[in-house]
Amino acid sequence: AKKMINFEATELRLGLPGGSHGGDMAVKNNGKRGFSETIDLKLNLSSTAMDSASEVDLENMKEKVVKPPAKTQVVGWPPVRSFRKNVMSSQKPSTEVATEGTEKTSGSSGATSSASAGAAVAYVKVSMDGAPYLRKIDLKLYKTYHDLSDALSKLFSSFTIGNYGPQGMKDFMNESKLIDLLNGSDYVPTYEDKDGDWMLVGDVPWEMFVDSCKRIRIMKGSEAIGLAPRALEKCKNRS
Amino acid sequence: KANQSPLYMTQDRTEMSEDDDDQSPPSDLRSEPPCSSSSSAVDSTPNKSRNCISSSGTMTASQPFPDHVLENVLENVLQFLDSRCDRNSASLVCKSWWKVEALTRSEVFIGNCYALSPARLTQRFKRVRSLVLKGKPRFADFNLMPPDWGANFAPWVSTMAKAYPWLEKVDLKRMFVTDDDLALLAESFPGFKELILVCCEGFGTSGIALVANKCRKLKVLDLIESEVTDDEIDWISCFPEDVTSLESLAFDCVEAPINFKALEGLVGRSPFLRKLRLNRFVSLEELHRLLLGAPQLTCLGTGSFSHDNGAHQSEPEPDYAAAFRACKSVVCLSGFRELMPEYLPAIFPVCANLTSLNFSYANISPDMFKPIIHNCHKLQVFWVCILLDLCLHDSEGPVSELGLQAISEGCRNLESILYFCQRMTNAAVIAMSENCPELTVFRLCIMGRHRPDHVTGKPMDEGFGAIVKNCKKLTRLAVSGLLTDQAFRYMGEYGKLIRTLSVAFAGDSDMALRHVLEGCPRLQKLEIRDSPFGDVALRCGMHRYYNMRFVWMSACSLSKSCCKDVARAMQNLVVEVIGSDDDDDNRDYVETLYMYRSLDGPRKDAPKFVTIL
Repeated sequence: AKKMINFEATELRLGLPGGSHGGDMAVKNNGKRGFSETIDLKLNLSSTAMDSASEVDLENMKEKVVKPPAKTQVVGWPPVRSFRKNVMSSQKPSTEVATEGTEKTSGSSGATSSASAGAAVAYVKVSMDGAPYLRKIDLKLYKTYHDLSDALSKLFSSFTIGNYGPQGMKDFMNESKLIDLLNGSDYVPTYEDKDGDWMLVGDVPWEMFVDSCKRIRIMKGSEAIGLAPRALEKCKNRS
Repeated sequence: KANQSPLYMTQDRTEMSEDDDDQSPPSDLRSEPPCSSSSSAVDSTPNKSRNCISSSGTMTASQPFPDHVLENVLENVLQFLDSRCDRNSASLVCKSWWKVEALTRSEVFIGNCYALSPARLTQRFKRVRSLVLKGKPRFADFNLMPPDWGANFAPWVSTMAKAYPWLEKVDLKRMFVTDDDLALLAESFPGFKELILVCCEGFGTSGIALVANKCRKLKVLDLIESEVTDDEIDWISCFPEDVTSLESLAFDCVEAPINFKALEGLVGRSPFLRKLRLNRFVSLEELHRLLLGAPQLTCLGTGSFSHDNGAHQSEPEPDYAAAFRACKSVVCLSGFRELMPEYLPAIFPVCANLTSLNFSYANISPDMFKPIIHNCHKLQVFWVCILLDLCLHDSEGPVSELGLQAISEGCRNLESILYFCQRMTNAAVIAMSENCPELTVFRLCIMGRHRPDHVTGKPMDEGFGAIVKNCKKLTRLAVSGLLTDQAFRYMGEYGKLIRTLSVAFAGDSDMALRHVLEGCPRLQKLEIRDSPFGDVALRCGMHRYYNMRFVWMSACSLSKSCCKDVARAMQNLVVEVIGSDDDDDNRDYVETLYMYRSLDGPRKDAPKFVTIL
């Protein structure tokens, strides 16, 4: 189990994915968010925990966050033909049909709809220091920082610099690793927000991030250190 | 020069390996001292009797030369050759065999509609009665390709309309077919007998109505998993009034109400009808009436298998079981689109004969179908979609590996499996590899991406490794879950017969793809998505891309410059880059690569979002 950062000791605040932790940051205690990536439509595990949301056991939440996400919207995954999905959603069953990842396209023409079924897209450019090309990703496809880090690590995993490896990026949201990352030569994702400021990814609650992020830059850890105090300051101003 | 003759240029070898270096003309075209009358006649008119391809196809010589006799004999023999692999082999023996084979091939299979032009087809094969044509790559089914990519039937039907007036059968998969195409088809082929459209789109009930009306000899009209727009036309009424030749009518995918009275009449005057697949707009009562009128059916799609809403229930309910009991020949059952489970026992009378049972569109639980399959002693094919909450559960979720284990222990003759689950264990997959040596198709979709073995926490390498090692007949494989390069090492080394490989969210590095490209000697179709394979890996396959039908790679790590290099190095490969960023910053990144061999160069109908390098 990953240990929690002792916040007083480090002066760093992190918006844990779905996290609520004491302190000054008025992070929305939206316990649901932390579980969103592990919710299967029919498993009742998560919903029980959701109901007793206020005093959430953070350790437990962390466990679930760290596991590979069970449900993230990805185009064409699982590989079930849209036609079949449409038929299933148009049935009038007594219980919900619960194939994992079935997008409820509610009768829309599945063959041509994109993954962001009707919702706005939020494309941002993602660059990585030293990489020969940019990628663009749609932030609306992801529900948590963990999903995002998963996606980013795969995007750039074939391109290795120094001691960065495909698994390394996954850990960037774990506080204990973050210090190492910031101190070392590993990579840290940062983003430019609406105000033009460069912030650490993970700083603010997920929805706020999606709304304010304009582009993402994965930079060397050593360069990112200067961001932390500014990020903290900004958060204090917000809360 | 003899080697410039159209004969060479139109030569279409489906298993091209190294280019044919031997450009010398065939012996009968060389100018040798004539030792028999045949050679001299041939030499003096080298292009007359040999170039059948470009002329009318009949012999022009007035005397039966020995070579012509040979060809007549060959023709009589080769017409019995059915298998297209055998025919392809026969056509490579020599020019004479090639020519006669081309004359006698009546069924043509084209696995990729862009591998050649329609003109090339009609130039080589003169007496085609049946065409099977496949269009879009399979990943297009999962929205990985923008619509309007291509695979248009139009140029094919218009070319064949002139060249093959005696065409009888068209079988299309993943093609874009318009109502106009269907209209042209219906008008151009008076002897037309079989139309099969699988996973197609672009047409509606108006096109179907035209086919129903004008193809008077129609035996088969099968619409399977196709998107058919509802043009609000009563197409069932468009069949001719007389007795029909219909043997198979499948319209379960048509999302439009039908005129039941007309259907009942149609079934009543179709004495040869054996296969009937109804759509969900046919109720249980209506099914009952149809069954009473058509007890000779062998293959039945039951439609909704539920009541009409608002149908009066006060009448004594029809004896559904009796209707099924009367259908002594039913071996294949599907449908159940809006299943009312209380009526399921009605199908008990046919269970003992069933070889195929498809519940995949049904909202059904294991408790409901267990008593059914318990009676299906002859069952060979079974489709079901299991609702997750009704499965075995432990504290962490459905225990899918037990299901796989149970299948492997109970179905020792299993040949083909497509299994979706949240998570899996290596042990269960290894068990299947040991218990089911007859497997030719193994497709396991662990829906949680990058999921390791949930008991050991290890990658799923050993499971899939066991499958390729132990299932020696395996021709099709789809992998998923957390996989390292090691899994691919196994595939490359042991996957000796694999023709189709699907990879998603797997592998660590270029080495994985290298193992596959440098192994898997029979690989034909390779589809990869969201895996970290890049330029180095792509270059490793240059020696074999001509021997494959296609390669698909999306959301991998390919650069445009490398793909351009491949395109430049391989002249007969069409390298399509689809839907790349039009972003200047990103000019070099390839979102989707789709490449395939083609005899006729890049296609002319590529949409804007396709760049052919």
